[in-house]
Amino acid sequence: MNIVNWCYFPARLAWRQLVFDRTKLVAAIFGVMFACVLVFMQLGFRDSLYDSAISAPLKLTGDLFLMHKQTEAMWRPAKFPRRELMRALGHPAVVDVIPVYLGLASFKNIETRVKRTLMVYGFDPDSQIFDIAGIRNYRDGLRIKDTVLFDEYSRPEFGPMRQLLEAGRSSTEVNDYKVDVIGLFHLGVSFAADGNIVTSDLNFMRIFPNRNHNAIDLGVIKLDSGSSIQQVQRELRYQLNEFVDVFTYEELLKHEKDYWADMAPIGFIFGFGTIMGLIVGLVIVYQILFTDIANLRYEFATLKAMGYEHGYFIRVVFASAFFLAVLGFFPGLMLSTGLYYLAESQIFMPMPMTFSKLGTVFVFILSMCVMAGVLAIRKLKAADPADMF
Amino acid sequence: MAGIIDVRRLNFSFGSGEIERPVLKDVTLSIDKGEIVLMTGPSGSGKTTFLTIVGGLRQACHGSVHVLDQQLVGSEEQVRIKIRQQTGYIFQQHNLLKALTALQNVSMALEMHDTMTEQQRLDRAAAMLDAVGLGDRMDYRPEQLSGGQRQRVSIARALVGQPKIILADEPTASLDKQSGYEAVGMLKRLAKERGTTILLVTHDYRILDIADRVVELEDGVIRNA
Repeated sequence: MNIVNWCYFPARLAWRQLVFDRTKLVAAIFGVMFACVLVFMQLGFRDSLYDSAISAPLKLTGDLFLMHKQTEAMWRPAKFPRRELMRALGHPAVVDVIPVYLGLASFKNIETRVKRTLMVYGFDPDSQIFDIAGIRNYRDGLRIKDTVLFDEYSRPEFGPMRQLLEAGRSSTEVNDYKVDVIGLFHLGVSFAADGNIVTSDLNFMRIFPNRNHNAIDLGVIKLDSGSSIQQVQRELRYQLNEFVDVFTYEELLKHEKDYWADMAPIGFIFGFGTIMGLIVGLVIVYQILFTDIANLRYEFATLKAMGYEHGYFIRVVFASAFFLAVLGFFPGLMLSTGLYYLAESQIFMPMPMTFSKLGTVFVFILSMCVMAGVLAIRKLKAADPADMF
Repeated sequence: MAGIIDVRRLNFSFGSGEIERPVLKDVTLSIDKGEIVLMTGPSGSGKTTFLTIVGGLRQACHGSVHVLDQQLVGSEEQVRIKIRQQTGYIFQQHNLLKALTALQNVSMALEMHDTMTEQQRLDRAAAMLDAVGLGDRMDYRPEQLSGGQRQRVSIARALVGQPKIILADEPTASLDKQSGYEAVGMLKRLAKERGTTILLVTHDYRILDIADRVVELEDGVIRNA
């Protein structure tokens, strides 16, 4: 028997059996679709979490970054002495160092007067640490006392800032300290912060009166364009006190992402949700295949009596599993794409439907169905013609 | 020359040890090519068991069973599968696949043979359905057919592969007298045309007259072989 017919005949029989019972087929497709949507949403939220966690560091411009060893993530930094960053200037390849102050502060909605926490970035406006046009353009404005820039991608609970600014209402309070919003920029929210504002290092001290100018949260180091980043990193690690960590740009992104994946139980929660979704789908598909085999055992026994081999029926079951996987995946994909879009527009988290995610979920769903098939084929033993006729 | 089905001193029991229950005792039966043999007997006499052994569906351990010159006692699964492929089986119930049309059901018997194209398979299946008088019912599913029509489809399915042997287990049991007689008469006519051997198990005495020979099995022993 040639290989095409070896697959084609059992697959055709499986297909004919599947489409014959429309009600059961629809139920099975819904089961797979359900698992599919569940997995897509879990992975979507997880990736969105990781993406949003690095939305701020992604925009940083710098070659090396200093943070305290105890800093688990940028949004909850441990402070270290400013002089430690200044010591890096002693390295011949270092051309500039910029201290950055980070803090969570409450921001009063100009309209509703409700306070909500957001992230405040403070640094010298002359030294641009963010590759964001909005911030560069307001460089001069930030030098003025009590001015801030507001991230337009912040959650809407902070108020419709663009309309408010156009209406001339720019005065609000951050940490109960009166500031003036002089412009907007675009960065994006994360799970840690619902919004962002940028201000000068001097204004930062006014907003956080307990903070000391000499205790910084992040140090951005810019190197000579000709120097090797890895080599300077090695040398700085050797020269500086061991309570600071020296990161490259890529390492900083990874550090921020790993916090959510490993330190926070978030990565585990979404992984767990994914597995639960797959188990629910597995049980549904297994149940469908198992009852199918049970119901069709007379037909299978008949075919066996006609001379069909056991392997043929195994191929029939796996073909059914494959068809269910494919038939459930595509409606699941469409529904998930819709839900991703909804999530992006409602909770302002980036949720792109990437090709790699699509591939991952398809492999998951296919393995789930194959696994259900593996469990269900044991029932084929019941289709023994000698016991039936 | 030994028959196309040649059974000698076949013993078969269900269970073992204290609960061992002999079903077939020293059964010897030889059937020649082209012969139509009816096996009758009360239920529980071992008729169906005998048929499943001859058809390669059940493994026997004692005695000898030659079918198409193959020894089935103590045989490999592959040998029995080969025998099943060369045997047409007709069941008590029609045992058609509900999801398939009459034509698809009949061509299932040809899908094991790789030598044909799909068109050849369908043509042969259609010709066979024509021969059993169902040329106008090819695209009907079993549930759309009457009991007699279904049994005729299953006769077509058994015959389409041009087997040398047809084994039939109470083919008229679920049919009324008229359609049962028609179905068996059709089976006989088509088998005679092709020189096919038939072993038919029944306790339907209305169809005895189609047989070349009638053997009676009672409590696992052949009475008038």
